[in-house]
Amino acid sequence: MNVTGDGLDRARRLMMSGIDDELSAVERRELDDLLASDPTLRAEWERLFRVKRATGSMKLRNPPEEVWEGYMNTVYRRLERSIGWILASVGAIVVVSYGVWTAISEMIADATVPWYIKAGVLALVVGAVILFVSVVREKLFVRKTDPYKDVVR
Amino acid sequence: MGDASREAERELVLRAQAGDRQAFGDLVARHMRQAYFVALGLVGSHDDALDLSQDAFVRAFRAVQSIDADRPFFPWLYQIVRRLSFNFLRDSKTRRERLATATEWLTAVERDPAEQVERAERRRQVQMAIENLGIREREVLILKEFQGLKYREIAELLGIPMGTVMSRLYAARRSLADELDGKL
Repeated sequence: MNVTGDGLDRARRLMMSGIDDELSAVERRELDDLLASDPTLRAEWERLFRVKRATGSMKLRNPPEEVWEGYMNTVYRRLERSIGWILASVGAIVVVSYGVWTAISEMIADATVPWYIKAGVLALVVGAVILFVSVVREKLFVRKTDPYKDVVR
Repeated sequence: MGDASREAERELVLRAQAGDRQAFGDLVARHMRQAYFVALGLVGSHDDALDLSQDAFVRAFRAVQSIDADRPFFPWLYQIVRRLSFNFLRDSKTRRERLATATEWLTAVERDPAEQVERAERRRQVQMAIENLGIREREVLILKEFQGLKYREIAELLGIPMGTVMSRLYAARRSLADELDGKL
């Protein structure tokens, strides 16, 4: 008699538990009965058991011991670098902003620069600031409300 | 993990949250092997597993304030290692690079010189078959076979029902059986 439908799902789970030795005594008897009554299931059990034996004879390769000795230092180095990047980025933003502000102030004060160039530069700066604020606001909003934020990409 | 060890870990997390870098270093020392082997099982390359597991600790340090000290540290870290590894595997560029620099990440439990050639060939075949599994099936197989976790522990770690653990394991072993048909 061949097992089908929900019974087959149950039989497959029992086979997994049997192969991994996680069956209770009652479940073990249930599996034995199923295997005895269904030759197809019995054949599949034997195939799966061969896979278990093959993977069970292997393990993950150990790295050389030096890897563990240097592991922590690398984590610390990476932490330092990430802090370095944050500081450098903040510094760069401050310096560049100051430079742009100074250049624009001088340009506005310079009477030889035509008014439409001044207006163009001002529009460029105001536009860039609006875009920056808009992107930051959107990022913060998505971060707070995105229902899929914990889903692995 | 015993109660004493659990309490010691809780203490380390609280100290790390208070800014004690040595305490965080102790957490790294406790879990670096497990984090590395999880990543190795998922991505199948020593260099990448090292890189990803270390990156996971850096991210863990940055997010240390969000850790719940009353819960075990490793399941929380595992989610970071897992996400980094999955993203790595799904990156088509890194997939091409991985194929070009394929390494041996499995080895025989016992080395018998008389069977060395045969075992090496079988290991290579099994390794390739595992690399061809879907990510989620591979993950469950690695946790069961090479991390030695019980179904209940895998279910807790991944936040899925035990039935799903068994279904994924069945799918993984069925795929391996199909791919290795006649070679085992």
